[in-house]
Amino acid sequence: MSLPTRKSGCMRENRGICSPAGDERKADVTGQTEETDWVALMLAIRDHRDETAFARLFQHFAPRVKGFLMKSGTASAQAEEYAQDVMAVVWQKAHLFDPSRASLSTWIFTIARNRRIDAIRKARHPEPEELFWGPESEPDQADVYEMQQENARLTRAVQSLPEKQRALIERAFFGDLSHRELADETGLPLGTIKSRIRLALERLRLHMS
Amino acid sequence: MTIRHHISDSLLMAHAAGTLPEAFGLVVATHISLCDDCRARAGAFDAVGGALMDEAPAAAMSEGSLAAVMARLDRRIEIQRPIPRRDPRVPAPLSDYIGGSLDTVRWRPLGGGVRQAILPTGREAVARLLWIPGGQSVPDHGHRGMELTLVLQGAFRDETDRFGPGDLEIADEEMEHTPVAEPGPDCICLAATDAPLRFNSLLPRLVQPFVRI
Repeated sequence: MSLPTRKSGCMRENRGICSPAGDERKADVTGQTEETDWVALMLAIRDHRDETAFARLFQHFAPRVKGFLMKSGTASAQAEEYAQDVMAVVWQKAHLFDPSRASLSTWIFTIARNRRIDAIRKARHPEPEELFWGPESEPDQADVYEMQQENARLTRAVQSLPEKQRALIERAFFGDLSHRELADETGLPLGTIKSRIRLALERLRLHMS
Repeated sequence: MTIRHHISDSLLMAHAAGTLPEAFGLVVATHISLCDDCRARAGAFDAVGGALMDEAPAAAMSEGSLAAVMARLDRRIEIQRPIPRRDPRVPAPLSDYIGGSLDTVRWRPLGGGVRQAILPTGREAVARLLWIPGGQSVPDHGHRGMELTLVLQGAFRDETDRFGPGDLEIADEEMEHTPVAEPGPDCICLAATDAPLRFNSLLPRLVQPFVRI
């Protein structure tokens, strides 16, 4: 597999530390147990149209997208079809993934969510204006590292929520609760990840101007 | 643009979960396009969705699914640059609904110089643009459901506060208000409601069935 060679070369020097800790804690279909650097694989797709990298992403994420959609009430055959569509979008919109603002799981989740709404509610999910680094530059590797770490921390925090609270959050995300049934006090520890994303946005805005 | 009124956590979470009616989603996405604080908060809720997706039981893909997807991938590297706003007052999500500019919107009179245009969204909630001449008021009204109002140009005041460009007002069942546009530039807002408004005077009530407000 070729590695990304863009000028800041973030992932080349950094291979292995950009990935969220424990993201690959379960041996998946490929049988691997070591940490996978999803960010590096994603950049290889973006910059080199690397099919091997895409195959690895597909093996890991497609079953998760399908499982998520099924848990949200989508029938198996449809969930299969949508998961394939989602992975095609991952390839096509690779340049929009900003690892200083989101983990790959988060980004793929947003694509899956939009696909589900598109299909099930026959409605659009209006998306905010897209902001991205453009072809010449990319985020600072320290920011990328911090963001991926922060996501891993959030994942652990969500896992260790009290059962009742976790069930409520799950019901919201799996589509069982309407916006009227949600409270403004979610009890989710989102302060630090929010500040991280805010910082990354400031840097991106500076770069864009 | 100093934004003082933001999206609530419950709306951001519903937006991340994908359960907001389209009309509300449009207002939320338009506000996020103008407000990096809310963009960051929205990103945090997306991250919760990502964490839950990671945790959901994986479902095996059918045999040949990878090959099927590979077969339809475009091998070219093509990066589309973001298209600059055609109308600086109109961020991309709203632009998609009105063809790019407020100048080409087909307004319908509501009386007193106030004009509106209903936008094509799903039926669970209604999104509309409102044009209120500077110094003019919108008939005083209550809400059966929720009303979101985002200022795109000018400013309005009501019993609660002042709302300028980028500010979002969230009104619920309990709120009765009479928004008044500040003197100066006309006030243009993007608003969404999930139930018809309840007017307190007879005239707007009479025309309501015809103008869909």
